Amino acid sequence: MERSRALPYLLIAPATIFLIALFVIPLVQTVVLAFVDDGAWSLTNFRKMVGDLNFGLSLRNTFLLVLVVVPLQVACALLMGVMLQKLDKGRDLVLWIWTIPLGVSDLAAGLVWLAIFQDRGYLNTLLAAFGVIDGPTNWLSYESPGSMFLAVALAEIWRATAIVLVILVAGLQLIPKEYGEAAEIFGASPWTRFRKITLPLLKPSIQSALILRTVLAFEVFAVVYALSGRNFPVLVGEAYAWQHVNQNNGVAAAYAILVMAISLAATLAYIRALRVNPETQP
Amino acid sequence: MSVGLRRVVLWSGVVTLCLWVLVPIYLIALGAFGGRAGVFRWPKSLLPWDATLASMQTFLAVEGVGRAAVNGALVAALTMLLSLALGAPAGYALARYAFRGANLFRLLVILTRAFPLAILALPLTVTFIRVGLYDTPLGVALVHTALALPFAALVSASLFMGIPRELEEAAWVFGCSRLQAFRKVVLPLALPGLAAAAIFAFVISWNEVFAASVLTVRNKTLTAYLLTVLAESPLHYRFAGGFLLILPSIVFIFAVRKYLFAMWGVSNK
Repeated sequence: MERSRALPYLLIAPATIFLIALFVIPLVQTVVLAFVDDGAWSLTNFRKMVGDLNFGLSLRNTFLLVLVVVPLQVACALLMGVMLQKLDKGRDLVLWIWTIPLGVSDLAAGLVWLAIFQDRGYLNTLLAAFGVIDGPTNWLSYESPGSMFLAVALAEIWRATAIVLVILVAGLQLIPKEYGEAAEIFGASPWTRFRKITLPLLKPSIQSALILRTVLAFEVFAVVYALSGRNFPVLVGEAYAWQHVNQNNGVAAAYAILVMAISLAATLAYIRALRVNPETQP
Repeated sequence: MSVGLRRVVLWSGVVTLCLWVLVPIYLIALGAFGGRAGVFRWPKSLLPWDATLASMQTFLAVEGVGRAAVNGALVAALTMLLSLALGAPAGYALARYAFRGANLFRLLVILTRAFPLAILALPLTVTFIRVGLYDTPLGVALVHTALALPFAALVSASLFMGIPRELEEAAWVFGCSRLQAFRKVVLPLALPGLAAAAIFAFVISWNEVFAASVLTVRNKTLTAYLLTVLAESPLHYRFAGGFLLILPSIVFIFAVRKYLFAMWGVSNK
């Protein structure tokens, strides 16, 4: 009996030790790195970060991307999830195709959309065919921030909607069919059924999808880098540049702290805004 | 709307969304196999006129590409082993035992999801240089394991929860030891799901770019290597690299498609 009481602790010990060593300790170290300068607590790194020319831009770009991309992804994934429910055959094949981007890295996704948006790419071929442009046109320079933003947003939506879809489909499967059938008998239209039954019951899934996606969206970096280099600054890209180009750990860590603070704030906001009452769930 | 019309609308939506996923992959494949001629062709054609295996071979022969691909696979394999070796026992404990601290552990695991973990590689550079892990596949794999472990633990917890405890207890009654019962009864049932979790860990690692770039100089993974040489490589090399990154992922997602939901679902309540 003595042994079996210790057993669960023995089983979780390796994972716990590992997570403390590679999650908790680096977290503390990042804080120290960001707030210490010349061996004393200071805000120098943050001052340098805020004083940098790219800071405001990267903050704005990152937020803009998250605000545009995440809601669109949730909406798309909801639509796709509902469509999947209506399919009577071919569901598995469709689901597989739709989830392929789940395995595509952000760098690869950026390169995929580079093939489309480059000067002599497929987008320009299409536009030229319709007579919109005369010849190869550059959409990804710092002179065209609008089209650069569009390219990055499209690449992000293309790549990362799949993860939202999987979470929402898993949630949709948990909703008992009888609820919708009952509502239908009482004459509720499909739209009413979606709003009054599906959406409220899907709240826990939507919440976890939003948290996961938003945290990852604030980390956006390689997609942008593949499409436009540093022409479109984002927060994590700046952290990478400070570390690699400027060899300044402190400012890079300050960026890391900023990204973490924003991610945590977003997570808490979602948890508050979408609070789920367990008694209303099936 | 009539039933027939509704079906047409539904299926055209489904097909459009399938094309939305597949066409860009086809286009980068054209870029990858099209070589220099394909990249500069204007206007572009949707048919593979320029595609040759030679242009992919030229890319693979570029110095560093082969080594980076091997490194990437090695790091991903190490991540797969480590995250399963650490995560599966924890998942088993969460599924089978009610113990003090279980919720605290669960919180620690879930908390990692709310942090941009890869960024934590920044301070690790210093530590890794000190202990000799900097610029080694194992070092990168350790950080990637921190990314994959939470999934491995939560997935295996839900897998083991799905295997009735009675089966295990029956094995004890028939004289199996705890370990034997686990090995002969539980493990075979959980194996496909565990394999899926392992493959997913592989994909997480294969795709991760920030930590892999920060923690290496010469022993880069393929993703990190591509990021470093991106600015100075010609377009057709970039597309070849991108295609090479996507290829294993497509195969792997196909292999784990049945378990995607166990992995991401909210079924662990």
